[in-house]
Amino acid sequence: MTFKVAIAQINPRLGDLQSNLALYEEKIHRGVKEKADLLLFPELSLTGYFLRDMVPNVALKLSAPEIKELKKLSREVSFVAGLVEESSDYRFYNAAVYFEDGEIRHVHRKVYLPTYGMFDEQRYFARGDRVRAFDSKFGRIAVLICEDLWHPSTVYLAALDGAAAILCPSASPLRGITDQQVQDDNARYWELINGAYAETYGLFVIYGNRVGFEDGVGFWGGSELLDPAGRRIAKAKYYDEDFVIGEVNLEVVRRKRTMAPLLRDEDLDLTINELMRIRERPFQTRKDQGFKSSKVQKFKGSRVRGKKGKRHGSTALSGSPPKGQAKGKKKR
Amino acid sequence: MMVQIPTNVTLLRQILVSFIRNEVEKVGVHRVVVGLSGGVDSGLSAMLAAEALGPRNVMGIMMPYKSSNPESLAHAELVVRKSSIESLTVDITPQIDAYFERFPDADQKRRGNKMARERMTILYDHSARWNALVLGTSNKTELLLGYGTLYGDMASAINPLGDLYKTQIWALAEAVGVPEVIVQKQPSADLWAGQTDEGELGFSYREVDKLLYLMVDERYSRPELVTAGFPEKFIDEVTLRIMNSQFKRRLPVIAKVSQRTIDRDFRYARDWGK
Repeated sequence: MTFKVAIAQINPRLGDLQSNLALYEEKIHRGVKEKADLLLFPELSLTGYFLRDMVPNVALKLSAPEIKELKKLSREVSFVAGLVEESSDYRFYNAAVYFEDGEIRHVHRKVYLPTYGMFDEQRYFARGDRVRAFDSKFGRIAVLICEDLWHPSTVYLAALDGAAAILCPSASPLRGITDQQVQDDNARYWELINGAYAETYGLFVIYGNRVGFEDGVGFWGGSELLDPAGRRIAKAKYYDEDFVIGEVNLEVVRRKRTMAPLLRDEDLDLTINELMRIRERPFQTRKDQGFKSSKVQKFKGSRVRGKKGKRHGSTALSGSPPKGQAKGKKKR
Repeated sequence: MMVQIPTNVTLLRQILVSFIRNEVEKVGVHRVVVGLSGGVDSGLSAMLAAEALGPRNVMGIMMPYKSSNPESLAHAELVVRKSSIESLTVDITPQIDAYFERFPDADQKRRGNKMARERMTILYDHSARWNALVLGTSNKTELLLGYGTLYGDMASAINPLGDLYKTQIWALAEAVGVPEVIVQKQPSADLWAGQTDEGELGFSYREVDKLLYLMVDERYSRPELVTAGFPEKFIDEVTLRIMNSQFKRRLPVIAKVSQRTIDRDFRYARDWGK
């Protein structure tokens, strides 16, 4: 299966839904004209990014007239929109909605809401609680939003859930100047992980970032489409509006995974068991526990106990015992 | 320890020009006014604006006082000629002298601050007259050290230089084509004869920039800074300067009485709806 993906690297107006909706319409028409099958818009590009107290004012229920308008537009081309979704219990999500053939096929609610440095998302948004691939008419794909991709677990899950392509709407601020580099340091890092994910999981990475400035914070653009070999099939300009198109050929996924069947070889049971062990008792260094000796304790490996297992039981775990028991434990 | 503050002038220039164009035009205007002191900061700011908006949309305003070094005005005029921007000279001597006739015992600091604030009112007046924004010229070094006049030279609508250390300003100014004589000279507030920034601060910009870069950008702790070779006295002096000038980098403190107080729980971007 082969299809054409376009990325609309736009500069939306902060908190101005109507103006951004018009911008969407314009880009969708352009996508249709250029024979794109699927169009990716950046994160929160229907609303702007640093919304702060504007969040409830620009939030849309999935029954909103604006959403109806978007559904209509998707009869001509499928697309991913970045917006604030309001749930029936009045929570606001940083969401990416996948429209296809006049309907909503999938909603991804951003799972990892950065709240550090310049970011404050958890103050304003509710956190998504699932990572799912889904079937589109182009095959099985997944949508992950910006910071989600900084957590390798989300891409791992999407890949194991069968995604042949990851669509990532982003609103990534430029920051960090490095000598002898044409782009800022954040852009460099994104390009590194996009390429690494594409190659590691043998899938297409379609990354759509925005541009423009909000209160002095610029967004670096540089949207890109990478194939499973990590090759850049399409690359948008840095720091400026752009519209790029590239072809996704799922045969490349097949070839890549034939040559390197890494996903096939994934040991899910091992991963799940280890994760459950770690969840039961997160790894702690001996130093954290107040031990003076640097002697490493032996791991008494065993499978994680069933549902009835005590949450903080310790016999099966490698973690060190509480302070008081240290002596006795050593003697054994 | 060798401290290299990254100064990718090509990238900085691209970002700052784009910043000026974006932030000016989204407000619905296309012009800026900038106070030209004859120094490297305002020269750079003006030249970046000329690149972003076109020289005809930038007005450099020179505001000498009778005791200002004539060289300052000459250097500001160099920038005007080099960048082909619009310009205007307003001598602030009459309004300053008229005021201090009533308060003749005012010291240099009061006089200097008053001059900076008079210049600010002139810039804002001309921004209204010309339908323009006031372009800032304060750099990161002086903002952190508090080496500026609150509501004076620190006042502006947008500031392209506020995240650049003086060391970076010099490199970028050279790349952008600010006349060499301006880039090379000793920085001075030019409030009295022989005054220099470095003389007044008691350390050089190159030295303090290295310290600030590690302290602020790289979040080095005090012991790490000592290990990196900075004298403890220097670290403490600079730290104190930053702390004591924090008020200059914030809006006035508002007494909270309501449910939603401006800037505390009434939070909107300045580019609201833009």
